[in-house]
Amino acid sequence: MAVPVEFLQSIPHFSGLSPAEFDSIKELIFEKTLQRGELVLIEGGPAEVLYFVASGAVKVFKSSAEGKEQILRIVRPGESINDVSIFDGGPNLTSAQAMGSVVLYGIRRGELEVILRDHPQVALNVNKVLAGKVRILASLVEDLSFRPVIGRVAKILLEHARDGDGPLPRLTQQEMAAMAGTVREVVGRSLKALEDEGAIRLERHRIVITDQEALKDMVDAYS
Amino acid sequence: MVEMPVIDRDKCDGCGLCVGVCQCKVLVLVDNVVNIIGKEKCSSCNHWCSQCEDVCPTGAIRWPLEIVIE
Repeated sequence: MAVPVEFLQSIPHFSGLSPAEFDSIKELIFEKTLQRGELVLIEGGPAEVLYFVASGAVKVFKSSAEGKEQILRIVRPGESINDVSIFDGGPNLTSAQAMGSVVLYGIRRGELEVILRDHPQVALNVNKVLAGKVRILASLVEDLSFRPVIGRVAKILLEHARDGDGPLPRLTQQEMAAMAGTVREVVGRSLKALEDEGAIRLERHRIVITDQEALKDMVDAYS
Repeated sequence: MVEMPVIDRDKCDGCGLCVGVCQCKVLVLVDNVVNIIGKEKCSSCNHWCSQCEDVCPTGAIRWPLEIVIE
């Protein structure tokens, strides 16, 4: 099924193109449908296609040597997957997996090169998209290297914990991220790391602090 | 105990991403707003995934956690 022009118009890569340009580009785009759990990309595999999410959500992640999954971001409709690997010619930087039923529109690398040559506006747009991704990654690097988040998450847990009666404070991971000055994915990773350290236990409705001293040590170690 | 997840109907824009990712099939759209059906089935995936909160672009669906000391 052909990609709707209205969808292409909503994609930053194709902003500012004429109707005739959209008509020629849409011929080069194919549709792909995936079910929950199916992989869009495999980390380290050849980067062959730039994808745009039309519906559903896709999880972009890296896997550690021990098989642990680190979610980098969740891609929602209108957003792209695999820009960096497509344009630098290297292997896929990450894996990507459908979180439910997903419809994607894809452009193969060779077709993309044709589009970039024939439509210089797309090249300018892509510069902007890639620069935006560099900005996000720079912020993530700052988080990971200069402001160890795990210590701040440990501090938030200690400050918001209750061990007696009375109403319990409730925080979402998004709220913890806002407090720690980071993003939700990094909070999720920090909580898992604290659980692996034996400092907390994650349950359905709550976070149980199992070792207060270990949490305090985390705060001291990273402050 | 507060039922989970917590939905702010005013913030829901009816995009349906949460419905698509819910493995326990407890979320549905009614009149373009997300609703929970069969709350007891939530977490039948066995890991209270909170993916609904992860994918929500408007913050309408939340999974707030109590923090307690053992």
